[in-house]
Amino acid sequence: MAALQIQGLKKAFGGLPAINGVSLEVAEGERRLIIGPNGAGKTTLFNLVTGDLPADAGSISLLGKDISRLATHRRAHRGLARTFQIITLFPKDTLEHNIVLSLLGMSPARWDGFSAFSTDLYRSAREILQRVNLEGLATRPLSDVSYGEKRRVEIAMALAQKPKVLLLDEPLAGLSREERATVKALIAAIPRDVTVVMIEHDMDTALDMAERITVLHYGSVIVEGTRAEVVADPKTREVYLGY
Amino acid sequence: MRKSWVLATAMFLCLPLVAGEYYVNLACQIFIFAVFAASINLLLGYGGLATLGHSAYLGLSAYLSALAALKLGLGHALAALAALAGTTLAAAAFGLIALRATGLGFLMLTLALSQVLWGTAYRWVSVTDGDNGLRGLSRPFQMDDAFSFYYFSLAVTVFSLWMMARYVGSPLGAALKGTRDQPRRMAALGYDVWLIRWITFVYAGFWGAVSGLLFVYYHKYIHPISLSLAYSAEGLLAVIAGGSGTLAGPLVGAAIVMLLKNYVSAYIERWNMLLGFVFVLIVVFMPEGVVPGVKRIWLRFRSRG
Repeated sequence: MAALQIQGLKKAFGGLPAINGVSLEVAEGERRLIIGPNGAGKTTLFNLVTGDLPADAGSISLLGKDISRLATHRRAHRGLARTFQIITLFPKDTLEHNIVLSLLGMSPARWDGFSAFSTDLYRSAREILQRVNLEGLATRPLSDVSYGEKRRVEIAMALAQKPKVLLLDEPLAGLSREERATVKALIAAIPRDVTVVMIEHDMDTALDMAERITVLHYGSVIVEGTRAEVVADPKTREVYLGY
Repeated sequence: MRKSWVLATAMFLCLPLVAGEYYVNLACQIFIFAVFAASINLLLGYGGLATLGHSAYLGLSAYLSALAALKLGLGHALAALAALAGTTLAAAAFGLIALRATGLGFLMLTLALSQVLWGTAYRWVSVTDGDNGLRGLSRPFQMDDAFSFYYFSLAVTVFSLWMMARYVGSPLGAALKGTRDQPRRMAALGYDVWLIRWITFVYAGFWGAVSGLLFVYYHKYIHPISLSLAYSAEGLLAVIAGGSGTLAGPLVGAAIVMLLKNYVSAYIERWNMLLGFVFVLIVVFMPEGVVPGVKRIWLRFRSRG
């Protein structure tokens, strides 16, 4: 059974097709890289999968169950988590509170409008921060930490949701070489029971992290295969590598 | 923080011992308006939802309570229950409509819905007595003297503010603040953003209804003006002036508006102009509101010292 199955997905903005009949299948535990030039529709595809945008046509299945008509938060409860291309966290809150919000989103306690926060939630948040080597910054406001550390918090938040499928939208963008190595190691350490689909522009860094690669161009899949197959394909060279 | 609240409550408890009836009545009006402003603050300060229709809940609750007493002959307890239940149901229904939009759309929908009630109160003369308003009302527990009503309204205000503070400090309150700051992220984290906003809308409507009950008990009279845009705008102004998204802000803002409205208006005919001027000064010098502004200045002063 595929972890994520997309069939005939379409989305147009004002008549301009952004996603034009995309079909793809990601196996459980797979590391899939989605590449393509700017405007290829990569982030739009993620937004359609998560339900941030409604699709015009097509279907999306998560672990064999159709999620096409579910709201974003329901898809999250089915096991879909994501990070955003532009970091969207809570800058005034502490790192641990950011993680707590993530843990709470999956818990029925999120509907409690009277009680104070349980200390267990903060303990769990500390443990998660420890896993990404940010425990020392737990009580610092997010706005006080570096961009690379914010990226790690964002990934930690997505992992705190205990996802079955994790969508990473350019997790290495804007990072220094050292930060990139840290985030890369963090992604590589994601357990195998989590399927990872990643958009990344940095080919050198990303290609060796992927088992299969999908190349998007003008909202359509033009090439799909292993790293060697995709790099060797003339269409990839033409639209993405530029020669 | 908790210490300052205890201190403030203790000061309010002692106020009737040192102040005359006029000031005690003025304080009652501040309490009522503080509950009203705090309920707006739930939406504006913690939910990022600016409303111009919150007087609907104050006015509707006051009218329902008055009508239950005058037309159905119900006692205070049953009339209050009917008013709270009816207004909360109305807030639930209005929330379904208003929360189809956010931002300016939400603002206009809340305004439109409250204007429907305001127009109804004015025009449905056979029930509301139109522009004459409803009179001949009484206070519960025969609290006709200023001092006993003062302690009653103080108790209700402290309880209301405490309940609202619990709400914003709870997991649901944290989720509400999250939907204010990053609604897309919150949805991706598994939160039903719309439902969180709707629950808060209904909760704010309930506390608006509580302020409406206090309002009608205090005045023993209700007029369509309590449902007007002006009343909603004054509430919004109090929240912004005091500091939206803070617990003490609505109380301070309510005090500013009520002091200008009731005290200064005795000396200056055009008190509205003065209110506008004070508001401009606050926005220029403390754009975050008086409570956070004073805190900022105090912290700066302390760090220099």
